[in-house]
Amino acid sequence: MAALTPISRKPMSLVLPTIAAAGGFLGIFVGASNGSTLMGLVIGAVVVAALGLFFIGVLKNEQLSKWISIVLVAVAGFVLGGIPGFILGAIFGWFFHWFTYWLYEGRYRARLLPYLTPGQVLWHYSFLVICGAIFVFLITPILVVMPLSFNAQDFFTFTPEMLRFDPEGYSLKHYRDFFTNNEWQRSFKNSLLIAPIATVISVSLGTLAAIGLSQSHVPGRRAIMAILISPMIVPLIISATGMFFFYSDIGNWLEGTLGLPKTFVGYVKVVLAHAVLGIPFVIITVTATLVGFDRSLTRAAANMGANPVTTFFRVQMPLILPGVISGGLFAFITSFDEVVVVLFIGSASQKTLPWQMFTGLREQISPTILAVATILVVISIALLTTVELLRRRSERLRGMSPS
Amino acid sequence: MSDTTQSGPVLAADGTPLKRSLNRALRLQKMRALALIAPLLLFVLLTFIIPIGQMLFRSVENDIVATTLPRTVVALQSWDAASGVAPDEAVYTALAADLHDAAKAKTHTRVGSRLNYETPGISSLFRKAGRKAKKWDVEADGPFKEQFIKIAKGWGDPDVWRTIQTYSPKYTNGYFLNAADMQKGADGAEIRPESERIYITLFKRTLIMSLIITGSCIVLAYPVAWILANLPAAKANLLMILVLLPFWTSLLVRTSAWKVMLQQQGVINDVLVWLGLVADDARLVMINNQLGTIIAMTHILLPFMILPMYSVMQTIQPTYLRAAKSMGATNWTAFWRVYFPLSVPGIGAGSILVFILSIGYYITPELVGGTKGVFISNRIAFHISSSLNWGLAAALGSILLAVVLILYWAYDKIVGIDNVKLG
Repeated sequence: MAALTPISRKPMSLVLPTIAAAGGFLGIFVGASNGSTLMGLVIGAVVVAALGLFFIGVLKNEQLSKWISIVLVAVAGFVLGGIPGFILGAIFGWFFHWFTYWLYEGRYRARLLPYLTPGQVLWHYSFLVICGAIFVFLITPILVVMPLSFNAQDFFTFTPEMLRFDPEGYSLKHYRDFFTNNEWQRSFKNSLLIAPIATVISVSLGTLAAIGLSQSHVPGRRAIMAILISPMIVPLIISATGMFFFYSDIGNWLEGTLGLPKTFVGYVKVVLAHAVLGIPFVIITVTATLVGFDRSLTRAAANMGANPVTTFFRVQMPLILPGVISGGLFAFITSFDEVVVVLFIGSASQKTLPWQMFTGLREQISPTILAVATILVVISIALLTTVELLRRRSERLRGMSPS
Repeated sequence: MSDTTQSGPVLAADGTPLKRSLNRALRLQKMRALALIAPLLLFVLLTFIIPIGQMLFRSVENDIVATTLPRTVVALQSWDAASGVAPDEAVYTALAADLHDAAKAKTHTRVGSRLNYETPGISSLFRKAGRKAKKWDVEADGPFKEQFIKIAKGWGDPDVWRTIQTYSPKYTNGYFLNAADMQKGADGAEIRPESERIYITLFKRTLIMSLIITGSCIVLAYPVAWILANLPAAKANLLMILVLLPFWTSLLVRTSAWKVMLQQQGVINDVLVWLGLVADDARLVMINNQLGTIIAMTHILLPFMILPMYSVMQTIQPTYLRAAKSMGATNWTAFWRVYFPLSVPGIGAGSILVFILSIGYYITPELVGGTKGVFISNRIAFHISSSLNWGLAAALGSILLAVVLILYWAYDKIVGIDNVKLG
């Protein structure tokens, strides 16, 4: 965004107390870890204020003072806390320099409306900080897992070696364990077997039904919709309880009367249950795509002699395909991530990856879980990217500008 | 028009009245739509609605006493439970005959454990008596009253007989009474003694904690939704990734991440100790209690709050706020009187969604909740897999289902199920 407000330099009476307060705040933590909170506060405030005064009043060179600030604080950090301290120090050195000039040159005003009062400006930036903190809360747990999965020890936390960035502290052994351990491999294969089949069932049935639901005259549309969405709304534990009773009867019947092998019946049960759970997602995404579908296209196709099946595959399907695929991805992730139902109706030979993680977390805590978690995060990033790209494509196809 | 000579109904090209022809077309269209929906509807009905219905049925079903002890049930009908004395010889003879058959079919222990849920100790009475009854000759070995009391004193206890009598009908509200911490006493339903009440406490805890989680989700989601809705599209899309990534990440990954973060040797405690804010021997206990459940579940459900709020806030024109301010409203007045009322539908939609999801949560409370932070769903799972009291599990599930359906109905009224959006 271009600058909205012409900026002007601010008096030192504003800059110095503010950066001193920031320095003092950081000093509290440094002081606390080195013995005296109060000393830390005072020293932090004085040092930062002095540096600011020196840069602005004496040096008057922004580039040079940036490097001085970074190096000075980084060295101080190294003395106090080794390599992690060095890195943190460099970051804080850069930050204080930027913060000082940001305030001094009045850059904080540049992108705001000119008529805002100082109080509104302060509120604007505090609000940004609050939002930033919430985003940190959202994303930190996922980011923390990744480096921990390279831990050389069997700990769930950062070891001193890892914090020193010592290569000894890192290893791929948890990944090796995941790829060689039979239990993990079998559950991974089970997940890769069950989820796609369940997805195919829910996508094919769900797409047909969504097309039916999007017709203009459907008797009892609301009731049907309510029934089809219900697997998403009913708590999983209740679905699982109901399915537990039902599928044990069905399973007995399939095994006893039809004489099907036990393992096969087990897979059928889990696949059917997961297919039902994935259906609401397919229905929701596909009906949302169909809302923007131009009905005259099918009439035009029919007009030119295409039968309904050809129309569906050659005209309608290519246009709603993005919605169908993202519905399918939702269904896939639902099944791939599902643990309650499979815990209730599956037997040991249908153990899926989430089930294995669940028992791993509850009983024998092994850091292999973190390696699996990292792999799953990478998979979900890939899925998220696909869905996002599909959404944009779908909006482009429907003639909306992608937002 | 003047050249229209015919006076009858308007005809279609093939000569049939237009109205009928249109009706037929409409009917055809309806049939085609239904035919497309039918396979899925059948599938969902068969594999989802019927199992749920079966669970509801199981919560009142109680035919095990009547089918295993048919003669005893008939003989007991004339006994007056209020009399305070054990029934007479005829009942014991009937029981001996029933037990003789049941022990041969090996079903007597199942009746025993069913009745044991109601009056602890009955299970062992049935086991002991069943062992003897198997060898009895019902015609010759009478009278049985003395023999039963000799096997176990409990058989002379009117309370035991009252339990058998109470649970002899084919349907019972006993499971629901149990689920509400009540029991069938000598004169109708009564509240259990305070020390035995667990389900009411659990239901209360589930509701209160779900409310807290919903509340903290609202507080955290509102600023985020606001900033997403008010930033330029390119930046908002970038930030949206930070919301959608947790949404797409496996539930177990996020739960294990919180386990890593919150435990006493975990990341948060380590950072606090390193910063000197917490002494090494006084690390915070943030896991295996209610706090752990609340933190982890707030994080897990936050995207479900942000997304509906965001889609509502996107539709609020920023010019409204500017108009309010230009007419002299302060920042706060402009927000509270103009923007906030417009964003209430988003808050409502998100809250109901989060609340519905959180009262039925099982995995996260199980893993980070310890004993104090578990929900009613954990108790249901316990009854299914450990105590095998399936009737009670079904009753607890039915109550939970009723709560969720009421909320679902409210959600449908407020937001409409067609308007649920994902991603």
